[in-house]
Amino acid sequence: MKVLVFAEQRDGKLKKASLEAMSVGRDLADATGGSAAAVVLGQGVAGLAEALGKAGAEKVFVGDDALFAQYSNDAYGLAVGKAAQVFGAEALLFSATAMGKDLAPKVTARLGIGLLSDVTGIVTEGGVLFRRPIYAGKAFATLAPQSGKPFGLTLRPNVFPVKDSPKAGEVVSLDHGVVPGDIKAVVEKIVTAQGELLDVAEANVIVSGGRGMKGPENYKILEELAREMGGAVGASRAAVDAGWISHSHQVGQTGKVVSPGLYIACGISGAIQHLAGMSSSKVIVAINKDPEAPIFKVATYGIVGDLFEVVPLFTQAVKAMKAGA
Amino acid sequence: MNVLVCVKHVPDTETRVKVAADGLHLDLGEANWVVNPYDEYAVEQGLQLKEKLGGEVTVITVGGDDATKSLRQALAMGADKAVLCSDPAFEDADPWSTARILAAAAAKLPCDLILSGKHGVGGDNQQVGSLLGQLMGIPVVTVVTGMDLEGTSLMLKREVEGGTEVVKASLPCVISCQKGLNEPRYPSLKGIMAAKKKEITAWKAADLGLDPATLAPSFQLKKMELPPPRPAGKILSGEIPDQVKELVKLLHDEAKAI
Ligand SMILES: Cc1cc2nc3c(=O)[nH]c(=O)nc-3n(C[C@H](O)[C@H](O)[C@H](O)COP(=O)(O)OP(=O)(O)OC[C@H]3O[C@@H](n4cnc5c(N)ncnc54)[C@H](O)[C@@H]3O)c2cc1C
Ligand SMILES: Nc1ncnc2c1ncn2[C@@H]1O[C@H](COP(=O)(O)O)[C@@H](O)[C@H]1O
Repeated sequence: MKVLVFAEQRDGKLKKASLEAMSVGRDLADATGGSAAAVVLGQGVAGLAEALGKAGAEKVFVGDDALFAQYSNDAYGLAVGKAAQVFGAEALLFSATAMGKDLAPKVTARLGIGLLSDVTGIVTEGGVLFRRPIYAGKAFATLAPQSGKPFGLTLRPNVFPVKDSPKAGEVVSLDHGVVPGDIKAVVEKIVTAQGELLDVAEANVIVSGGRGMKGPENYKILEELAREMGGAVGASRAAVDAGWISHSHQVGQTGKVVSPGLYIACGISGAIQHLAGMSSSKVIVAINKDPEAPIFKVATYGIVGDLFEVVPLFTQAVKAMKAGA
Repeated sequence: MNVLVCVKHVPDTETRVKVAADGLHLDLGEANWVVNPYDEYAVEQGLQLKEKLGGEVTVITVGGDDATKSLRQALAMGADKAVLCSDPAFEDADPWSTARILAAAAAKLPCDLILSGKHGVGGDNQQVGSLLGQLMGIPVVTVVTGMDLEGTSLMLKREVEGGTEVVKASLPCVISCQKGLNEPRYPSLKGIMAAKKKEITAWKAADLGLDPATLAPSFQLKKMELPPPRPAGKILSGEIPDQVKELVKLLHDEAKAI
């Protein structure tokens, strides 16, 4: 199978999720006796080919153009579609990031092929099968592509490992054919949230607070812990609806569905909609003063106690451990 | 200003799912079916635009006859017209087929703007709005949390990782609506009564010029399963400071999470 991976960069840096996707692409190509390539778009991005080669790209289609300096689904959609045609892609891989989710359907619709969202598992023995959560993880569906038909996938970040499998990473300049008039929806500016930590969708550690946080000012104790662990701050819908934190932090069925290595739930009861969004986390810590809270049913470790006492001690202990290590 | 709003009829978020006897589908027998929560933002946005600029709001769904319930709900909120695209050939419609059905229907309806939800809960695809826009050859802006319309020019805010993008677009286009865009209204009693009298147009594959053979899903379902139950966890005990010490040790030594 010929596999093409869209490699996402912002500010000239490749996303980790793109290297994950590249590794998946390499495995898929190897398992089916095919080849794997990447496509990267931006300005001054040819240097990124090396890292993609290391993760398994034989070729890297590079669209280096001022038209790609700012992401737009119009320009990127055309260019990735073009790369897919030039390469003869049979499988088209994206990361299920904000950009990947916006871009993938533009490309697959252009090519007239199907797209499977948020894939979290791939089986390649005896035919190719994909596994994906539905109902925000309340169930998992396993599906097979129709034989001989090309398809697209978006891959959930933080699920697939980045593997070293060096290939040539030969740079091929993409003859993309995009002209300025193609860009119909134009990004005027990006407002980055001030002093924000990582986004929950990308973080490997999430420290989340719910109604038990009592007010917006208390989120700083979660931020301190998150910062200490290189993580992000999440929230329940109750906290978001109370206006304590913006909706982009909400975890759950109508927020973000996450699978970090570590999820720390503070003052969150564990309603079904919240659990759906986080119960595939590898390790879950629950801090709640109610021993009957449903969150303890999914927790790997639980502390029954007042979060205002526990969290600062937790931050200190992590600091101490790092200092000692 | 005529607005077309795509609504999906979905099991509500309280639903506990079971695997059906065939091992391929979910048994949703006990679910309460509602308008997809994100589509409520889309309906509300359509109504606000109509109130400001005149025109009509048409809601459309691809689904079974039971999806009429969600169309009635949108009509009760204040939508003017409703279209039900229902046909045995649509039963297994995946996002790509759904978008093609919607595109065929949209071509028969006057619309300056198409609104969809950010994603349909359950299927969790986050595709249909984008596919539809691309099929119709009009711009698509997804995950929109803010919208200003001046003439035919739109300023939109959309959610991206770690910030907000401000995007400029013009009509016609497709916009997928995210929480934050507005507060959806509840239908009034008067609205509910009026909705009962509003007509729902029903279109089948033939009405839309669609060949059922082309609507087969792109991926074949092989298995449906529930996630494995999580192994029982450890609830720590003792004085809080000691529990915290133990927690950090467990996270480091046992779980290797820090
Ligand atoms: C359509 C729909 C969609 C929804 N989508 C989502 C979603 O995506 N995400 C989501 O999270 N919810 C969602 N919900 C809401 C969900 O049903 C719950 O209402 C919500 O998750 C509750 O949030 P919470 O756990 O923070 O609050 P609560 O349920 O009020 O729990 C607060 C917890 O804090 C504990 N606590 C209080 N003080 C302290 C303290 N000092 N120390 C330690 N513990 C303390 C309490 O014991 C309690 O367990 C949705 C609901 C609907 C209807
Ligand atoms: N069967 C359907 N009928 C009408 N609109 C739909 C349907 N499926 C999806 N949509 C629209 O597309 C959005 C995204 O859905 P999805 O791609 O399934 O996550 C939804 O919020 C709806 O607005």
